[in-house]
Amino acid sequence: MKRTVPLLISAVTGFALIGTAFIPSFVDWGNDAMAWFNLLAAFAFILGGGNLLKMQLQKISAQQAGWGYAAVTLIAFFTTLFVGLAKVGVHPNAKFPEFSWSGNYLEEGSAFWWFFEYIFTPLSATMFALLAFYISSAAFRAFRAKNTEATILLIIAVIVLLGRTYASEWLTGGLPNTPIFGEGGITYSDFKLDHLSQIIMDDFTTPGMRAIKIGIALGVASTSLKVLLGVDRSYLGSDQEA
Amino acid sequence: MLKILQNLDRRWIFLLMFVAVAVPLIMGTTFPETPSAQVTAVFDAVDNLPDGSNIFMALDYDPASAGELQPMASAFTRHCALKKHNIYFMTLWPPGINMIQGSIDILNEEYPETYKGKYGTKYVNLGFRAGNEGVIKLVVEDLKKSYTTDIHGTNLDNIPLTKNLKNIQQVDLLANVSAGYPGSQEWVLYGSSPFDIPTVVGCTGVQAPIMLPYIPDQLTGMLAAIKGAAEYEQAIINHYPELAKNPKAKEGLVRMGPQLVAHVLLISLIALGNVIYFLERRQGTT
Repeated sequence: MKRTVPLLISAVTGFALIGTAFIPSFVDWGNDAMAWFNLLAAFAFILGGGNLLKMQLQKISAQQAGWGYAAVTLIAFFTTLFVGLAKVGVHPNAKFPEFSWSGNYLEEGSAFWWFFEYIFTPLSATMFALLAFYISSAAFRAFRAKNTEATILLIIAVIVLLGRTYASEWLTGGLPNTPIFGEGGITYSDFKLDHLSQIIMDDFTTPGMRAIKIGIALGVASTSLKVLLGVDRSYLGSDQEA
Repeated sequence: MLKILQNLDRRWIFLLMFVAVAVPLIMGTTFPETPSAQVTAVFDAVDNLPDGSNIFMALDYDPASAGELQPMASAFTRHCALKKHNIYFMTLWPPGINMIQGSIDILNEEYPETYKGKYGTKYVNLGFRAGNEGVIKLVVEDLKKSYTTDIHGTNLDNIPLTKNLKNIQQVDLLANVSAGYPGSQEWVLYGSSPFDIPTVVGCTGVQAPIMLPYIPDQLTGMLAAIKGAAEYEQAIINHYPELAKNPKAKEGLVRMGPQLVAHVLLISLIALGNVIYFLERRQGTT
């Protein structure tokens, strides 16, 4: 029973959603199913918060290495949760001045807004910006022309890196638009770095990605059918649990 | 010399990268950009619409990617404002709400005659909904099943712009700026492609190869990374020269300076690393 009911829910919902693409009267059913899904997704935030609490509290109680960071995470989590839920520093909505909680929690000047603007935003940007430093170190130490494949990759990387900046104009902007051999055909300007970069993107990257995507789509379709028909039941957990 | 380079402390490389990015950024160096075919397609998609058309703008990114994507979102907003388009904002990312506010500030501060005090008639902020592609599926078929109210809690039936809007198949253009999942690919797969909604996107450099296969059938055009943003800004300035006086309208162009120097530094480091590698090989140390 524990497995049959979830299997039925999955199959009915899944086939209803597939049906929306082909049968107009299924569209409303599909939309209802998506509305339920979106409600469940909102509850996932609570599960996520609970999981964060559990993992960090375990680290602190076991005094694992770096447990101080877990404490910082929890303090930040509860402080943010409090200022957001309590709407600290938020003015009441002009339409409902008698209700002190009627204002927007993201109102400019509120505690939550301040946290976002002056803590979350600079920290997020800093973490992402650090990539530039690690990439430069990796470029120096790891990007070596050790074999033919690595050499090809290296040449393509240089073309794309330069082709995506004004350096391409400096280095190859002067190439004339005249044919190399006789009339018509390839011209010198075809070898401009930005043009070569575009050729790599259009004639190599795009077909490659298209092939990968078609492969993924076929894989997703077959896996989905296995799940909907009950052949693949791994998402329900092991047999022992059932 | 070889020994010094072999044992080079990586903090010197970090310092070089810092200088490579900081100096052009501080100097505000810009270079002329020529809009590519993809960027021109994006520009035309917005510009060829009659004034006052309806644009659905989904800003699916967070502050981590704002350095790369904010110039695109700002350029989309300015271009729509110049055309006096009606704008519907929404996001699939929780921090996206603050990113939307940045665009709303542009509307109110730079185009007050068209947008200030006209919330609900010229623009509306639907805010965030959880559910990723589930939200997309609903807004393209039955908007009010996903959004019953806007971000301020006002019922959509009481807002002039949304009162008669059943779904976003009724809008003239879908513009998405995205940093990953859920984002551009999901909007194309579940939104624009099944219902033929004209769509343009702006995305990070790492997403660009993923989105390329959808152009031009499912996707009208794409702004890829800061280069795409800079070219789009240039395209807008070329057609609306009054924008050239606004330094905020050149965020992407200004960021191409650090990109140029950083890319040249990267290539130099790769070349230097390979010189060391071949010298080591000749000496038989690797």
